Amino acid sequence: MNVRFRCNGRAVEVDVPPMSRLLDVLREELRLTGSKEGCGEGECGACTVRIDGEAVMSCLVPVCQVDGASIVTIEGLGASVVHPVQTAMLQHGGAQCGICTPGLCMSAAALLERNPHPSREEARVALAGNLCRCTGYQKVVDAVCASLAPEGS
Amino acid sequence: MSAPVTALFRPRTLNDALKMRAEQPGATVMAGGTDVMVYIESGTLKPTAILDLWGCSGLRWQQSITGGQFHGAGLTCTDVLRSGQSHPLLEAAAATVGAVQIQNRATLGGNICNASPAGDTLPVWLALKAEFEVASVRGRRRIPAASFWQGYKKIDLRPDELFLGILIPPLFGHTHFRKVGTRLAQSISKVVFAGRYNPGVDACLAFGAVGPTPMRCLKAETALVAGAAVDDVVQLVREEIAPIDDIRSTAVYRRQVAGNIVRRWLTSL
Repeated sequence: MNVRFRCNGRAVEVDVPPMSRLLDVLREELRLTGSKEGCGEGECGACTVRIDGEAVMSCLVPVCQVDGASIVTIEGLGASVVHPVQTAMLQHGGAQCGICTPGLCMSAAALLERNPHPSREEARVALAGNLCRCTGYQKVVDAVCASLAPEGS
Repeated sequence: MSAPVTALFRPRTLNDALKMRAEQPGATVMAGGTDVMVYIESGTLKPTAILDLWGCSGLRWQQSITGGQFHGAGLTCTDVLRSGQSHPLLEAAAATVGAVQIQNRATLGGNICNASPAGDTLPVWLALKAEFEVASVRGRRRIPAASFWQGYKKIDLRPDELFLGILIPPLFGHTHFRKVGTRLAQSISKVVFAGRYNPGVDACLAFGAVGPTPMRCLKAETALVAGAAVDDVVQLVREEIAPIDDIRSTAVYRRQVAGNIVRRWLTSL
Protein backbone atom coordinates (compact mmCIF):
# COMPACT_ATOMS: atom_id res chain seq x y z
CA MET A 1 0.00 0.00 0.00
CA ASN A 2 1.22 3.49 -0.86
CA VAL A 3 0.93 5.76 2.14
CA ARG A 4 1.58 9.47 1.90
CA PHE A 5 2.06 11.71 4.91
CA ARG A 6 4.14 14.58 6.15
CA CYS A 7 7.05 13.70 8.38
CA ASN A 8 8.95 16.46 10.13
CA GLY A 9 7.62 18.95 7.61
CA ARG A 10 8.61 16.91 4.56
CA ALA A 11 6.19 15.10 2.24
CA VAL A 12 6.99 11.39 2.21
CA GLU A 13 5.56 8.36 0.47
CA VAL A 14 6.20 4.76 1.42
CA ASP A 15 5.10 1.49 -0.14
CA VAL A 16 4.60 -0.93 2.75
CA PRO A 17 2.04 -3.44 4.03
CA PRO A 18 -0.90 -1.41 5.43
CA MET A 19 -0.73 -2.88 8.93
CA SER A 20 2.99 -2.17 9.33
CA ARG A 21 3.67 -0.44 12.59
CA LEU A 22 4.37 3.26 12.16
CA LEU A 23 7.43 2.74 14.38
CA ASP A 24 8.92 0.25 11.91
CA VAL A 25 8.19 2.48 8.93
CA LEU A 26 9.89 5.43 10.63
CA ARG A 27 12.94 3.42 11.63
CA GLU A 28 13.36 1.04 8.69
CA GLU A 29 11.93 2.93 5.70
CA LEU A 30 12.66 6.52 6.65
CA ARG A 31 15.77 5.74 8.71
CA LEU A 32 14.56 7.89 11.57
CA THR A 33 15.94 5.82 14.43
CA GLY A 34 15.42 8.35 17.20
CA SER A 35 12.08 6.73 18.12
CA LYS A 36 12.90 3.58 20.11
CA GLU A 37 11.16 0.28 20.65
CA GLY A 38 11.01 -0.62 24.31
CA CYS A 39 8.08 -2.93 24.91
CA GLY A 40 6.20 -3.06 21.60
CA GLU A 41 2.86 -3.06 23.40
CA GLY A 42 2.15 0.55 24.26
CA GLU A 43 3.39 0.42 27.84
CA CYS A 44 6.75 2.19 27.81
CA GLY A 45 6.42 5.27 25.60
CA ALA A 46 9.91 5.02 24.05
CA CYS A 47 8.30 5.11 20.59
CA THR A 48 6.22 8.25 21.25
CA VAL A 49 5.74 10.51 18.22
CA ARG A 50 3.14 13.18 17.46
CA ILE A 51 0.44 12.63 14.86
CA ASP A 52 -1.40 15.85 13.98
CA GLY A 53 -0.11 17.23 17.26
CA GLU A 54 -1.19 14.37 19.54
CA ALA A 55 1.36 12.21 21.32
CA VAL A 56 0.87 8.54 20.43
CA MET A 57 2.67 5.21 20.76
CA SER A 58 3.99 4.61 17.24
CA CYS A 59 4.27 0.87 17.94
CA LEU A 60 0.45 0.73 18.13
CA VAL A 61 -0.38 2.75 15.02
CA PRO A 62 -0.80 0.89 11.74
CA VAL A 63 0.74 2.97 9.00
CA CYS A 64 -2.47 2.95 6.93
CA GLN A 65 -4.00 5.23 9.59
CA VAL A 66 -1.46 8.02 9.04
CA ASP A 67 -2.22 8.45 5.33
CA GLY A 68 -2.62 12.21 4.93
CA ALA A 69 -1.48 12.97 8.48
CA SER A 70 1.36 15.14 9.74
CA ILE A 71 3.92 13.41 11.93
CA VAL A 72 6.68 14.85 14.06
CA THR A 73 9.41 12.61 15.46
CA ILE A 74 12.25 13.49 17.79
CA GLU A 75 14.34 14.25 14.71
CA GLY A 76 11.86 16.99 13.79
CA LEU A 77 11.37 18.39 17.28
CA GLY A 78 14.57 20.37 17.41
CA ALA A 79 15.38 20.44 13.71
CA SER A 80 15.60 24.18 13.19
CA VAL A 81 15.91 25.46 16.74
CA VAL A 82 16.57 23.19 19.70
CA HIS A 83 13.25 22.76 21.49
CA PRO A 84 13.13 24.31 24.98
CA VAL A 85 12.37 20.93 26.53
CA GLN A 86 15.55 19.53 24.99
CA THR A 87 17.56 22.44 26.37
CA ALA A 88 15.97 21.98 29.78
CA MET A 89 16.67 18.23 29.76
CA LEU A 90 20.35 19.03 29.18
CA GLN A 91 20.45 21.72 31.85
CA HIS A 92 18.68 19.64 34.48
CA GLY A 93 20.33 16.31 33.76
CA GLY A 94 17.03 14.78 32.70
CA ALA A 95 18.65 12.06 30.61
CA GLN A 96 20.92 9.17 31.56
CA CYS A 97 21.07 6.14 29.26
CA GLY A 98 18.91 7.98 26.74
CA ILE A 99 16.58 5.26 25.50
CA CYS A 100 13.45 6.90 26.95
CA THR A 101 14.58 10.46 26.26
CA PRO A 102 13.16 10.93 22.73
CA GLY A 103 9.74 9.70 23.86
CA LEU A 104 9.84 11.83 26.99
CA CYS A 105 10.68 14.91 24.93
CA MET A 106 7.78 14.22 22.55
CA SER A 107 5.27 13.79 25.41
CA ALA A 108 6.64 16.88 27.15
CA ALA A 109 6.42 18.96 23.97
CA ALA A 110 2.77 17.93 23.51
CA LEU A 111 2.03 18.85 27.12
CA LEU A 112 3.77 22.24 26.94
CA GLU A 113 1.86 23.21 23.84
CA ARG A 114 -1.49 22.78 25.62
CA ASN A 115 -0.23 23.84 29.03
CA PRO A 116 2.87 26.07 28.93
CA HIS A 117 3.23 26.18 32.73
CA PRO A 118 2.42 22.71 34.05
CA SER A 119 2.48 21.93 37.75
CA ARG A 120 4.67 19.03 38.83
CA GLU A 121 1.55 16.90 39.17
CA GLU A 122 0.38 17.80 35.66
CA ALA A 123 3.82 17.00 34.30
CA ARG A 124 3.79 13.62 36.04
CA VAL A 125 0.37 12.77 34.63
CA ALA A 126 1.43 13.79 31.11
CA LEU A 127 4.63 11.73 31.34
CA ALA A 128 3.07 8.69 33.04
CA GLY A 129 3.19 6.77 29.78
CA ASN A 130 6.96 7.20 29.43
CA LEU A 131 8.95 4.79 31.53
CA CYS A 132 12.50 5.60 32.59
CA ARG A 133 14.62 3.13 34.54
CA CYS A 134 17.55 5.47 35.23
CA THR A 135 16.60 8.92 36.38
CA GLY A 136 13.92 8.32 38.99
CA TYR A 137 11.94 10.99 37.12
CA GLN A 138 12.79 13.87 39.48
CA LYS A 139 15.16 15.60 37.08
CA VAL A 140 12.87 14.89 34.14
CA VAL A 141 10.00 16.64 35.92
CA ASP A 142 12.38 19.44 36.93
CA ALA A 143 13.31 19.88 33.27
CA VAL A 144 9.74 19.84 31.95
CA CYS A 145 8.54 22.32 34.55
CA ALA A 146 11.47 24.61 33.77
CA SER A 147 10.71 24.54 30.02
CA LEU A 148 8.79 27.26 28.34
CA ALA A 149 6.96 26.21 25.21
CA PRO A 150 8.10 28.18 22.18
CA GLU A 151 5.36 30.14 20.50
CA GLY A 152 3.69 28.26 17.70
CA SER A 153 5.58 25.04 18.42
CA MET B 1 6.57 -7.82 11.70
CA SER B 2 3.44 -7.10 9.71
CA ALA B 3 0.39 -9.31 9.85
CA PRO B 4 -0.52 -11.08 6.62
CA VAL B 5 -3.54 -8.89 6.06
CA THR B 6 -4.88 -9.44 2.59
CA ALA B 7 -7.87 -7.11 2.74
CA LEU B 8 -8.15 -3.71 4.34
CA PHE B 9 -11.39 -1.75 4.36
CA ARG B 10 -11.37 1.91 5.33
CA PRO B 11 -14.91 3.29 5.05
CA ARG B 12 -15.34 7.06 5.17
CA THR B 13 -19.04 7.06 6.01
CA LEU B 14 -21.23 5.05 8.33
CA ASN B 15 -23.32 3.75 5.43
CA ASP B 16 -20.19 2.44 3.70
CA ALA B 17 -19.00 0.93 6.96
CA LEU B 18 -22.27 -0.98 7.43
CA LYS B 19 -22.22 -2.24 3.85
CA MET B 20 -18.62 -3.41 4.22
CA ARG B 21 -19.48 -5.10 7.52
CA ALA B 22 -22.34 -6.96 5.85
CA GLU B 23 -19.96 -8.20 3.16
CA GLN B 24 -17.08 -8.90 5.56
CA PRO B 25 -18.57 -10.33 8.75
CA GLY B 26 -15.28 -12.06 9.54
CA ALA B 27 -13.10 -8.96 9.35
CA THR B 28 -11.41 -7.69 12.49
CA VAL B 29 -12.88 -4.31 13.42
CA MET B 30 -10.31 -1.76 14.52
CA ALA B 31 -10.49 1.89 15.55
CA GLY B 32 -7.55 3.40 17.47
CA GLY B 33 -5.67 0.10 17.36
CA THR B 34 -4.53 0.15 20.98
CA ASP B 35 -5.87 -3.35 21.61
CA VAL B 36 -5.82 -4.84 18.10
CA MET B 37 -2.18 -3.91 17.43
CA VAL B 38 -1.11 -5.52 20.70
CA TYR B 39 -2.97 -8.73 19.82
CA ILE B 40 -1.42 -8.81 16.35
CA GLU B 41 2.09 -8.16 17.66
CA SER B 42 1.78 -10.90 20.30
CA GLY B 43 0.37 -13.37 17.79
CA THR B 44 -2.94 -13.89 19.61
CA LEU B 45 -4.78 -12.37 16.65
CA LYS B 46 -3.94 -13.15 13.03
CA PRO B 47 -6.46 -11.22 11.00
CA THR B 48 -6.65 -11.62 7.25
CA ALA B 49 -9.20 -8.83 6.79
CA ILE B 50 -9.46 -5.58 8.72
CA LEU B 51 -12.28 -3.07 8.87
CA ASP B 52 -10.64 0.16 10.00
CA LEU B 53 -13.11 2.66 11.46
CA TRP B 54 -10.54 5.25 12.58
CA GLY B 55 -11.26 7.60 9.67
CA CYS B 56 -14.99 6.90 9.51
CA SER B 57 -17.07 10.02 10.04
CA GLY B 58 -20.30 9.70 11.97
CA LEU B 59 -18.83 7.83 14.92
CA ARG B 60 -16.89 10.57 16.68
CA TRP B 61 -19.48 12.91 18.11
CA GLN B 62 -21.21 13.69 21.35
CA GLN B 63 -24.55 15.39 21.82
CA SER B 64 -27.62 15.74 24.00
CA ILE B 65 -30.48 13.94 22.30
CA THR B 66 -33.94 12.86 23.34
CA GLY B 67 -33.51 10.52 26.27
CA GLY B 68 -30.06 11.60 27.34
CA GLN B 69 -26.49 12.17 26.26
CA PHE B 70 -25.17 10.29 23.20
CA HIS B 71 -21.51 9.36 22.88
CA GLY B 72 -20.30 8.07 19.51
CA ALA B 73 -18.28 4.86 19.58
CA GLY B 74 -15.33 6.58 17.91
CA LEU B 75 -14.78 9.16 20.64
CA THR B 76 -11.37 8.77 22.21
CA CYS B 77 -10.74 9.01 25.93
CA THR B 78 -9.02 12.32 25.20
CA ASP B 79 -12.15 13.55 23.38
CA VAL B 80 -14.17 12.75 26.50
CA LEU B 81 -11.72 14.55 28.78
CA ARG B 82 -11.53 17.66 26.59
CA SER B 83 -15.24 18.01 25.87
CA GLY B 84 -16.19 18.87 29.43
CA GLN B 85 -19.67 17.57 28.55
CA SER B 86 -19.35 14.01 29.76
CA HIS B 87 -20.60 12.54 33.00
CA PRO B 88 -17.99 12.83 35.79
CA LEU B 89 -17.96 9.04 36.16
CA LEU B 90 -17.00 8.64 32.51
CA GLU B 91 -14.38 11.37 32.74
CA ALA B 92 -12.84 9.65 35.75
CA ALA B 93 -12.69 6.34 33.90
CA ALA B 94 -11.33 7.86 30.67
CA ALA B 95 -8.53 9.50 32.64
CA THR B 96 -7.37 6.12 33.94
CA VAL B 97 -7.21 4.32 30.58
CA GLY B 98 -3.52 3.76 29.85
CA ALA B 99 -1.58 7.02 29.64
CA VAL B 100 -1.99 10.11 27.45
CA GLN B 101 -0.63 8.40 24.32
CA ILE B 102 -3.19 5.60 24.73
CA GLN B 103 -6.04 7.97 25.62
CA ASN B 104 -5.36 9.83 22.37
CA ARG B 105 -6.20 6.71 20.34
CA ALA B 106 -8.33 4.43 22.52
CA THR B 107 -12.04 4.72 21.75
CA LEU B 108 -15.13 4.17 23.87
CA GLY B 109 -16.49 1.64 21.39
CA GLY B 110 -13.19 -0.21 21.43
CA ASN B 111 -13.15 -0.47 25.19
CA ILE B 112 -16.74 -1.76 25.23
CA CYS B 113 -16.37 -4.25 22.36
CA ASN B 114 -12.94 -5.53 23.39
CA ALA B 115 -14.90 -6.62 26.46
CA SER B 116 -11.96 -7.20 28.75
CA PRO B 117 -13.41 -7.90 32.20
CA ALA B 118 -10.96 -5.25 33.42
CA GLY B 119 -11.99 -2.58 30.88
CA ASP B 120 -11.90 0.69 32.77
CA THR B 121 -15.04 2.28 31.36
CA LEU B 122 -17.24 -0.81 31.55
CA PRO B 123 -18.58 -0.50 35.13
CA VAL B 124 -19.42 3.13 34.33
CA TRP B 125 -21.93 2.09 31.68
CA LEU B 126 -23.59 -0.23 34.18
CA ALA B 127 -23.70 2.43 36.89
CA LEU B 128 -25.24 4.95 34.49
CA LYS B 129 -27.79 2.48 33.08
CA ALA B 130 -26.47 3.18 29.59
CA GLU B 131 -27.94 1.76 26.42
CA PHE B 132 -25.74 0.71 23.52
CA GLU B 133 -26.78 1.40 19.95
CA VAL B 134 -25.67 -1.06 17.30
CA ALA B 135 -26.55 -1.21 13.61
CA SER B 136 -26.35 -3.27 10.48
CA VAL B 137 -27.72 -2.77 6.99
CA ARG B 138 -30.84 -4.48 8.41
CA GLY B 139 -31.44 -1.68 10.91
CA ARG B 140 -30.59 -0.43 14.36
CA ARG B 141 -31.22 -1.76 17.84
CA ARG B 142 -30.52 -0.72 21.41
CA ILE B 143 -29.17 -3.01 24.09
CA PRO B 144 -29.01 -2.27 27.83
CA ALA B 145 -25.39 -2.27 28.98
CA ALA B 146 -26.38 -4.81 31.63
CA SER B 147 -27.10 -7.47 29.00
CA PHE B 148 -24.36 -6.63 26.46
CA TRP B 149 -21.50 -8.63 28.02
CA GLN B 150 -22.73 -12.19 27.93
CA GLY B 151 -19.63 -14.03 29.05
CA TYR B 152 -15.87 -13.73 28.98
CA LYS B 153 -15.12 -11.59 25.90
CA LYS B 154 -18.55 -12.48 24.54
CA ILE B 155 -20.76 -9.59 23.47
CA ASP B 156 -24.24 -9.18 22.05
CA LEU B 157 -23.08 -7.99 18.64
CA ARG B 158 -24.02 -9.98 15.55
CA PRO B 159 -21.46 -10.63 12.81
CA ASP B 160 -22.93 -8.03 10.47
CA GLU B 161 -23.37 -5.36 13.14
CA LEU B 162 -21.22 -2.42 14.16
CA PHE B 163 -21.26 -0.63 17.49
CA LEU B 164 -22.44 2.97 17.00
CA GLY B 165 -22.49 4.53 20.42
CA ILE B 166 -23.83 4.91 23.92
CA LEU B 167 -26.89 6.66 25.33
CA ILE B 168 -26.69 7.80 28.93
CA PRO B 169 -30.09 8.65 30.42
CA PRO B 170 -30.46 11.50 32.91
CA LEU B 171 -29.92 10.07 36.39
CA PHE B 172 -29.58 11.40 39.89
CA GLY B 173 -27.61 10.50 42.96
CA HIS B 174 -24.11 10.32 44.33
CA THR B 175 -21.49 8.78 42.08
CA HIS B 176 -18.04 7.35 42.65
CA PHE B 177 -15.30 5.85 40.46
CA ARG B 178 -12.28 4.00 41.77
CA LYS B 179 -9.63 2.00 39.96
CA VAL B 180 -7.07 -0.04 41.85
CA GLY B 181 -4.03 -1.04 39.83
CA THR B 182 -0.34 -1.59 40.34
CA ARG B 183 0.36 2.07 39.73
CA LEU B 184 -1.67 5.19 39.11
CA ALA B 185 -1.34 5.26 35.33
CA GLN B 186 -0.74 2.74 32.59
CA SER B 187 -1.73 -0.32 34.57
CA ILE B 188 -4.58 -2.74 34.07
CA SER B 189 -7.11 -2.85 36.90
CA LYS B 190 -6.97 -5.34 39.74
CA VAL B 191 -10.39 -4.01 40.71
CA VAL B 192 -12.38 -1.19 39.09
CA PHE B 193 -15.60 0.24 40.52
CA ALA B 194 -18.30 2.65 39.45
CA GLY B 195 -21.16 3.40 41.80
CA ARG B 196 -24.31 5.48 41.80
CA TYR B 197 -26.57 5.88 44.82
CA ASN B 198 -29.79 7.83 44.99
CA PRO B 199 -30.91 7.27 48.61
CA GLY B 200 -34.36 5.77 48.88
CA VAL B 201 -34.68 5.48 45.11
CA ASP B 202 -32.04 3.28 43.52
CA ALA B 203 -28.40 2.27 43.57
CA CYS B 204 -25.87 0.63 41.32
CA LEU B 205 -22.66 -0.97 42.54
CA ALA B 206 -20.73 -2.05 39.45
CA PHE B 207 -17.33 -3.73 39.31
CA GLY B 208 -14.81 -4.79 36.71
CA ALA B 209 -11.99 -7.34 37.00
CA VAL B 210 -13.88 -9.39 39.60
CA GLY B 211 -15.62 -11.82 37.25
CA PRO B 212 -15.76 -12.89 33.61
CA THR B 213 -17.77 -9.78 32.71
CA PRO B 214 -18.26 -6.41 34.36
CA MET B 215 -21.02 -6.96 36.91
CA ARG B 216 -23.45 -5.35 39.31
CA CYS B 217 -24.00 -6.48 42.90
CA LEU B 218 -27.78 -6.65 42.81
CA LYS B 219 -28.35 -7.99 46.32
CA ALA B 220 -26.05 -5.39 47.83
CA GLU B 221 -27.82 -2.65 45.84
CA THR B 222 -31.25 -3.78 47.07
CA ALA B 223 -30.00 -3.88 50.64
CA LEU B 224 -28.45 -0.43 50.33
CA VAL B 225 -31.63 1.16 49.02
CA ALA B 226 -33.64 -0.58 51.76
CA GLY B 227 -31.43 1.08 54.37
CA ALA B 228 -29.15 -1.79 55.38
CA ALA B 229 -26.03 -1.08 57.45
CA VAL B 230 -22.84 -0.41 55.49
CA ASP B 231 -21.25 -3.55 56.97
CA ASP B 232 -24.04 -5.67 55.55
CA VAL B 233 -23.80 -4.04 52.11
CA VAL B 234 -20.05 -4.63 52.09
CA GLN B 235 -20.56 -8.26 53.08
CA LEU B 236 -23.03 -8.78 50.23
CA VAL B 237 -20.62 -7.17 47.74
CA ARG B 238 -17.89 -9.59 48.80
CA GLU B 239 -20.28 -12.53 48.40
CA GLU B 240 -21.66 -11.49 45.02
CA ILE B 241 -18.48 -10.80 43.10
CA ALA B 242 -16.67 -13.72 41.50
CA PRO B 243 -12.96 -12.86 41.36
CA ILE B 244 -10.19 -15.25 40.41
CA ASP B 245 -6.43 -15.49 40.96
CA ASP B 246 -4.58 -14.30 37.86
CA ILE B 247 -1.36 -12.54 36.86
CA ARG B 248 -2.59 -9.21 38.20
CA SER B 249 -3.99 -10.13 41.58
CA THR B 250 -5.65 -12.76 43.76
CA ALA B 251 -9.29 -13.47 44.50
CA VAL B 252 -8.74 -12.84 48.23
CA TYR B 253 -7.19 -9.42 47.59
CA ARG B 254 -9.92 -8.45 45.13
CA ARG B 255 -12.72 -9.39 47.58
CA GLN B 256 -11.07 -7.39 50.33
CA VAL B 257 -10.47 -4.33 48.14
CA ALA B 258 -13.92 -4.39 46.51
CA GLY B 259 -15.53 -4.24 49.94
CA ASN B 260 -13.14 -1.53 51.11
CA ILE B 261 -13.98 0.66 48.12
CA VAL B 262 -17.71 0.43 48.80
CA ARG B 263 -17.27 0.95 52.55
CA ARG B 264 -15.12 4.06 52.10
CA TRP B 265 -17.49 5.57 49.60
CA LEU B 266 -20.69 4.93 51.54
CA THR B 267 -19.23 6.14 54.83
CA SER B 268 -18.00 9.34 53.13
CA LEU B 269 -21.49 10.34 51.98
